[in-house]
Amino acid sequence: MTAPAHDRLPARSQASFILGAAALLALVSTIVLGLGLPPTLEQGPYARLIAIHPPLAWAAYLAFGVTAITSVLYLWSRTRRRVWDRVAASSAEVGVVFTALTLVTGSIWGRPTWGVWWTWDARLTSTALLLALFLGYLALRGVQTDVHTRAKRSAIAALVAVVDVPVVHFSVEWWRTLHQGRSLAQLTPQSDLDGSYVAVMLLGFMAMTLVYGWLLIERYRVEALEEHFEDQGLDRALEERRAEAEAVVAR
Amino acid sequence: MWRDAALVAGKDLRIEARSRVATNQVAPFAVLVLVLFGFALDPDRGILSRASAGLFWVAVLFSALLAVQRSFAIEAVDGGGDGLRLLGLDPAGIFMGKAAAVFVELAALELLLTLGVVVLYGVDLGGAALMVATAAVATLGLAAAGTVYGALSAGLRVRETLLPLLLLPVLAPVLLSATRAWEVALGTSVDDGWRWVQLLGVFAVVYVTFGLVGFGALMEES
Repeated sequence: MTAPAHDRLPARSQASFILGAAALLALVSTIVLGLGLPPTLEQGPYARLIAIHPPLAWAAYLAFGVTAITSVLYLWSRTRRRVWDRVAASSAEVGVVFTALTLVTGSIWGRPTWGVWWTWDARLTSTALLLALFLGYLALRGVQTDVHTRAKRSAIAALVAVVDVPVVHFSVEWWRTLHQGRSLAQLTPQSDLDGSYVAVMLLGFMAMTLVYGWLLIERYRVEALEEHFEDQGLDRALEERRAEAEAVVAR
Repeated sequence: MWRDAALVAGKDLRIEARSRVATNQVAPFAVLVLVLFGFALDPDRGILSRASAGLFWVAVLFSALLAVQRSFAIEAVDGGGDGLRLLGLDPAGIFMGKAAAVFVELAALELLLTLGVVVLYGVDLGGAALMVATAAVATLGLAAAGTVYGALSAGLRVRETLLPLLLLPVLAPVLLSATRAWEVALGTSVDDGWRWVQLLGVFAVVYVTFGLVGFGALMEES
């Protein structure tokens, strides 16, 4: 098995602290500047959601992309390291959060703009399926089994999920073009963008990328700590039993 | 590989033929689903016959879950999975064999369900070529993806609840495409049905390839 992990307890690094501070700063300025954007004619104040909604979606794609790449790295025997499995798991978990937030912010925008919380639009439907696919991935990860088995199966599940995404996308796209009564293209915020909107949205992209990076590092650290204490917990239990036995013998 | 596949498929189908689980449990279940849709949507034949393509494929999807679960449950008892590996069969062959057995079971079930929607929902069959082509390609995709995920969740303690969660979102494109194509064939929708068959073909190719390449990695440990 792997070398004893006792001597390399992952500590919170300075880099993570700086990244976290930068992420917080970028996030706060996105929110402040985003709320300061002028309301648009068509959508009123709701157009301001553009500062966070597309960046959230981007962060979700980024997260799942990282999961896919690290899963390949784990499956390929030459690059197989426990590190890749942990990164894949951490990134998928962060990605699920971002995907859920994308759907929530989209829904909040859709209610006043389209009049409904949910519509069977192609992009909405494929995002919801993406969320379901990765919830399944996390469920698979949550199963108690041998670490290597779990890592291998999870990596395969992640790849299958990622491979499925384009097929899902095409099917719902074609499906909706048949039944779509209203053209969403007219209603997308891009049609009435001015310079300040673009600037704040770009800031939002930067902020969400930083937030993703920070969350990934911290989640990875927690994952490593959990494994560490699991190993240590077993060792400690063994020592205790041994001490008990010795005490009995001494008596 | 082909010989191994034929052996595994023959074994699985023989087990099904002798244990009669597929005929005594899975098939009645599928028909029951059709009857339940009838209860839920009123015996008003208008709604039922208009929605029959979708309802048919939902019933197939549920039955596919059972068939896949069953396909890996028979390996779980008496160390069947270890036995398969010890025989030195090609993993790609095992995948093909198991998927082929699921394919045959599902195809038989689809015949029964087609009869069911004709009798229970009052559907007029039409566009036979499109219907059969859709069913064949969709079932190939279902069997391949199902076998990959069946192996993925095999041997885990929570496999009964995990498999639907993993498999159903993956199969969503199959449900969509097959339903659309059948709607065209049954005359409830006007569209280019063959376009959907092509999409189903892409799905099937993706998962057959995935199974052929990845099944070895899944088998060697469980």
